[in-house]
Amino acid sequence: MAVPIELIVNGKAVAAQVEADTLLSSFLREHLRLTGTHVGCDTASCGACTVHVGGRAVKSCNVLVAQLHGLEVTTIEGITPRDGSLHPMQAAFKACHGLQCGFCTAGMIMSAIDLVQHRPHATEDQIREGLVGNLCRCTGYHNIVKAVAMAANGMGQGHGQSRQTP
Amino acid sequence: MNAVRTPLIGRSVERKEDYRFLTGVGQYTDDIVLPGQSYGYFVRSPHAHARIRSIDTAAARGVPGVLAIFTSADLAGIGGLPCGWLIKSIDGSPMKEPKHPVLAEGTVRHVGDQVALVVADSVAQAKAAAALIEVDYEVLPAVVDTASAAGNATAVHEQAPDNVCYTWSIGDESAVNAAFARAAHVTKLNLINNRLIPNALEPRAANAAHSPADDSYTLYVTSQNPHVERLLMTAFVLGLPEHKVRVVAPDVGGGFGSKIYLYAEETALVWASKRVGRPIKWTAERSESFLTDAHGRDHVSTAELALDADGHFLALRVRTTANMGAYLSTFASCIPTILYATLLAGQYATPNIHCTVQAVFTNTAPVDAYRGAGRPEATYLVERIVERAARELGIEPTELRRRNFIRKFPHASPVGLTYDTGDYEATLNRVLDLADVAGYPARKQASAAKGLLRGIGYSCYIEACGLAPSNIAGALGARAGLFEAGEVRVHPTGKVTVFTGSHSHGQGHETTFAQVVADRLGIALEDVDIQHGDTGKVLFGMGTYGSRSLAVGGTAIVKAVDKIIAKGKKIAAHLLEASDADVEFEHGEFRIAGTDRRKTFAEIALTAYVPHNYPLGKLEPGLNENAFYDPTNFTYPAGSYVCEVEVDPQTGTVRVDRFSASDDFGNVVNPMIVEGQVHGGIAQGIGQALLEGCRYNEDGQLLTGSFTDYALPRADDLPGFNVELAPGTPCTHNPLGVKGCGEAGAIGSPPAVINAVLDALAPLGVTDMDMPATPHRVWEAIRRSKS
Repeated sequence: MAVPIELIVNGKAVAAQVEADTLLSSFLREHLRLTGTHVGCDTASCGACTVHVGGRAVKSCNVLVAQLHGLEVTTIEGITPRDGSLHPMQAAFKACHGLQCGFCTAGMIMSAIDLVQHRPHATEDQIREGLVGNLCRCTGYHNIVKAVAMAANGMGQGHGQSRQTP
Repeated sequence: MNAVRTPLIGRSVERKEDYRFLTGVGQYTDDIVLPGQSYGYFVRSPHAHARIRSIDTAAARGVPGVLAIFTSADLAGIGGLPCGWLIKSIDGSPMKEPKHPVLAEGTVRHVGDQVALVVADSVAQAKAAAALIEVDYEVLPAVVDTASAAGNATAVHEQAPDNVCYTWSIGDESAVNAAFARAAHVTKLNLINNRLIPNALEPRAANAAHSPADDSYTLYVTSQNPHVERLLMTAFVLGLPEHKVRVVAPDVGGGFGSKIYLYAEETALVWASKRVGRPIKWTAERSESFLTDAHGRDHVSTAELALDADGHFLALRVRTTANMGAYLSTFASCIPTILYATLLAGQYATPNIHCTVQAVFTNTAPVDAYRGAGRPEATYLVERIVERAARELGIEPTELRRRNFIRKFPHASPVGLTYDTGDYEATLNRVLDLADVAGYPARKQASAAKGLLRGIGYSCYIEACGLAPSNIAGALGARAGLFEAGEVRVHPTGKVTVFTGSHSHGQGHETTFAQVVADRLGIALEDVDIQHGDTGKVLFGMGTYGSRSLAVGGTAIVKAVDKIIAKGKKIAAHLLEASDADVEFEHGEFRIAGTDRRKTFAEIALTAYVPHNYPLGKLEPGLNENAFYDPTNFTYPAGSYVCEVEVDPQTGTVRVDRFSASDDFGNVVNPMIVEGQVHGGIAQGIGQALLEGCRYNEDGQLLTGSFTDYALPRADDLPGFNVELAPGTPCTHNPLGVKGCGEAGAIGSPPAVINAVLDALAPLGVTDMDMPATPHRVWEAIRRSKS
């Protein structure tokens, strides 16, 4: 059964008719073609699909779009500056090599932004705890943790360019 | 004037590919929607072993949106999925190679085996229709356990009534027996290398389209090697003309081996796309990935190490049973043989080694290469038995290793490899510093004060990478070459596009390869683009696996660059009215030796494409070269790892507190990327050692079929890693002196972790521990040792 929905996605009002069982992840990827949000599992375990709803990190595979009537959704596309620059968290991931294949990256960044906004002085252990909902199979998390700490410290750029071989 | 530029090789340059991944504009297979897109869904066997009595699709065909339903009856004349490596048994007979059908033919052999393909306008419609397909199964007993598969009353395949695919051996058995007869000490060890499920974060996916305009196909697929995928699919399965199929592996979200293989799903989609007349997309749900991606490891081994009175290794004897699963996946047969038993010397000068490998079929998912592929299994065995021997003999584990290190190179091992270079003492010494082993006793005391048992474990690994010299591989049974291809296209403006047969699915080739090319041509990094993953663009390729991309693919590119420079010199000689031999190329300029007469690289490029003043009589216009490179040997990365764990004896919980690594990868192009590869490998190795274990029940049902049952390491399961790249011994047989770094972490780390756990538990009398060392298993071991 189709239901009408109205919500704000990345600052733009969106109105659509969707099947009542449409997941937010499917709505973003298939209806809006915002394919930066990825789906890596079917048990809400991997966090690749993490977006912000009302400013908080949410696994978009685990919520129906019809539940979000009137709410504000932000995806990786929504946090990316339009001038070709990067959000401080994106820049920190780049400087720290916090990504390899890139598949978990959008969800990881959305979770990390939420983490830092709510715990700006998180310790390494707290960062690790804060990211337990997001799986990465490539990096071993080492550089992701570094990146989140760097972004939290507001040192979003420059590092990593001039490092020499020991 | 041209200032001397800072070399890019050796610098941690930020990755060129990152922007698209960071901003969500990367393009993975599932992101692609083609005009007229339809969707495929596979009906899969719920049973591990069953005969199919009948398949009734009538009701499903009536579901709105259903375009077609296919079963094996529709695929008459289509071949099975091939295995790329022929292993022969000791008696000379070829391995058993039962057909691996694209859709099950009368029998299903593992849970998840594909039975039918439903194509519909939407995934939801395809799934709804699939639910209405009635398959009448006659359930058969299942063969599940690796150790007891051979001789099980049930046969997985008629062609292998004893479930044995092959029984293979390597080494001089009589010399090994003689060495054991004179040994002062023999250490024995039984061990299991636990079965793993790779779980790249991007699930497998494919999108196949047929064009009636020229009867051609395009396949987008999550592949580590699109040319190999195309060759196997067209020549061996579908019988399509190779040049009429374009295979594109766009952004691929990790592979770790699991995306090397030709799978049934994409093969079925390509075939069906012409019948349906619309593009068909399939994306695995994670539960399908667990059931049908090729799994890794799954060895059961016994090992014996003979030592003389001084602790020198005299001989190693190994018997291994390796699970192939229900069908032979693309490279399954060579993993527990060519990539495993040849590494059993490790870093040691053991003079005599003999290994027998029995490969068995079971009613489980196919097993093939997973990060490291054979080499982690060998390293785990060697480094476990060496540490056990040290404990039995009362020799410090690092000291026993030092007594046996290979110190002269090249070194011919008794299991067929010739190590070209290495310095194992150096990486061991370095890691002992890095790990602050001197401070270990104080840390152990501090742990004890908290009621925790601290242990330290070592691992000194070697791997054979840079697969592979084609003639050697061919003599060992490979049915393919293992060279790599590259093309360097210089544009009229001097900008450069490089096409490589290697494939990047996280490794950062777009940056590393560009660093190599920019340095060699003396041009800016941003003036070099790396293209990969498309048979429609790249001339040929064998793909990425076995830590081969830079050593083999990078060398092919270097050879093509050198051809560009050689041609550029001829053009420059003409322009400068000099002889070819007098022109040298340095820092992006062609100059006459000993003069200031020169031409820039961009000037030469423009001249090649605007050949008004050009030696057209003896030189073709244009500046575009390709090269194929076939390595003369494997490369031999090696290193030493130290792990410290804390075990809570009350709960059995193991926490990795410190992990240090010193790796010798020869020359390093981008240390940041290489360290990242090591981090990821260590995480997967710790995962294998402590968390991950694929389990089937006795009926062949997968018990670990989701992320809630199969524990991938999460951020709070791991420590930060202390990784240092050793100054290194450059590879002697490729121009870059590089060895490969992608698998090292996963190869070296599991024995370090388990050795640390056993060290922690030694005071309690625990002497053995299989992976994964879960809290339950550790707690049981403690309880048993007390009773």
